[in-house]
Amino acid sequence: MLVHSRKARWALWAVFLVLFLPLFALPLLVVLGASFATHWSGVLPSGPTTANYHAATRGEALQALTTSLVTAVTASLLALTVGTWAALAGAALKKRYRRLLDAVFVLPVAVPSVVVGLSVLVAFSQPPLLLNGTRWIVISAHTVLVTAFAHQSVSAALARLDPAYEQAAASLGARPAYVLLRVRLPLLLPSLTAAAGLCFALSMGELSATMMLYPPDWTPLPVLIYAATDRGALFTGSAVAVVLMAATLLVLFAVSRIRTRASYR
Amino acid sequence: MGIRFDSVTVAYDGNVVLDALDLTVEPGEVMALLGPSGSGKTTALRAVAGFVRPASGRVLLGGEDVTDLPPYRRGIGMVVQSYALFPHLRVDENVAFGLKARRTPRNEVRQRVAEALELTGMAGYARRHPRELSGGQQQRVAIARALAIRPRVLLLDEPLSALDARLRSGMLAELARLHRELPDVSMLYVTHDQVEALTLADRIAVMDKARLQACGTPRELYRSPDNAFTASFVGGANLLPVTVGAGGVDFLGTELKVDTAEAVAGARATLCVRPHLVGLGEGPNRITGTVAEIQWRGATHRLYVETGGHRVMADVRELKEPPLHGEPVTLHFASEDAVLLPAGVSHG
Repeated sequence: MLVHSRKARWALWAVFLVLFLPLFALPLLVVLGASFATHWSGVLPSGPTTANYHAATRGEALQALTTSLVTAVTASLLALTVGTWAALAGAALKKRYRRLLDAVFVLPVAVPSVVVGLSVLVAFSQPPLLLNGTRWIVISAHTVLVTAFAHQSVSAALARLDPAYEQAAASLGARPAYVLLRVRLPLLLPSLTAAAGLCFALSMGELSATMMLYPPDWTPLPVLIYAATDRGALFTGSAVAVVLMAATLLVLFAVSRIRTRASYR
Repeated sequence: MGIRFDSVTVAYDGNVVLDALDLTVEPGEVMALLGPSGSGKTTALRAVAGFVRPASGRVLLGGEDVTDLPPYRRGIGMVVQSYALFPHLRVDENVAFGLKARRTPRNEVRQRVAEALELTGMAGYARRHPRELSGGQQQRVAIARALAIRPRVLLLDEPLSALDARLRSGMLAELARLHRELPDVSMLYVTHDQVEALTLADRIAVMDKARLQACGTPRELYRSPDNAFTASFVGGANLLPVTVGAGGVDFLGTELKVDTAEAVAGARATLCVRPHLVGLGEGPNRITGTVAEIQWRGATHRLYVETGGHRVMADVRELKEPPLHGEPVTLHFASEDAVLLPAGVSHG
């Protein structure tokens, strides 16, 4: 423990709460409060109701939730596959080429996501690859945006993986593909699930690139929230935001359960 | 199946870590590669396993040139210091790994896993995970896993160095028993511990600075080492700089009677005497000096005696009244217990 005296520890807790609560917790609490309200003119919201949730779990909002979940799951799985593949390939490369590969994957994160959205829009609005107007343009933009995180987290895990395991497997007569399937990937499973969770959460909340790309029949939740608040329906927007938050946390929780079971040491 | 190193050289970025190694391990023989860290002994083992590629030279297994074969086609068993048991697999799945990778029929897998676990005394732990086992048990599983594929060559890379002293001597006895039960398996045993090498090996190859320094049976290397490094690394030795005279040698003005048949008179040489063959008190071949340090080791006392800038070690039976620091003492040794080595080496 860094701080030993009991008093100092209490003081630190106090400082932490003063800094943490207003910045991190309070805004979320406000959204939660607003989602149950019809008015908010005083200090606290008033007119408690569940009507906002009634609206937030039906029709257009439910459609958007499904859209977001399908987009996020598809994008995360694609990103995980591509990112892991690239990380495995990169691990076998020489240092110079590996750096180059890393840079390529970090690029979509380094540039503003609006730029990514625009470039995807421009690139895929013309034949031969005409994706504009379909759900696939949203999904591919999300994939491009989150692959960096999958690639980075799997790369880091690969670098930490003791080569003794794959060498032991090889000496026992296992071919490289068998070693990958039976030894390396299972040992990477904890970081693969962590990467999947991160990609999913990022995709669930993505707005700026999505705004430029989404077709009318494929409206993800963040777009819906933005539209609701934009037209002044703050309380309905809050309820939809809480639904988005709850759905994301639920999936992350499920993923972390898998992760706990997959960590061996 | 024997192992042959045919002038094997390994270099990393122009840095030679194994220099033209020539060595043959006979079928069924236990060969220890003994040396300090960085001596190239692990590199030699990894060249047999196929994890390092020689810059030149060939590696042969049972007469077949395997230099260009990938590790998974060499059919060797390997046990490493960290055990490298697969943490996500149970003990029996770990042992079955090599068999399944070779698509062995299921019945046979079951039978051979049971056999290997029986052989290493781990049959009762088949359904545990590696993390639930102690270090010694993990080591047994690692050995069972390597033996399950019935390799004709077993490579052991410092297999006991992660174990504590008591477990180590137990596992040493186990390995000796395994070797008796599997007389056809050649073993290449890499270690920096001379006790392990002396106990287990049929022959010892002493390595230092990327080169093979000596190779012979433990008895040969211990009784008549042919260089100073071997003498001090195998068993520990006093290495005294001497000048060869007629019928004896001169050590700092003291005449010592030893066999000088193979040395030229007037040449500089190194006299090698094992500490436990040095006695305290009057006798033939006296060396006098003062006690620089004295260590009680239970059954024996280890004396370090300072004489003319050199320290002579003597292991004597526990003394009732051990000499004090700085006290002048006389040491002696029998002529036939000393070996004369060529000079030009470091003195211990």
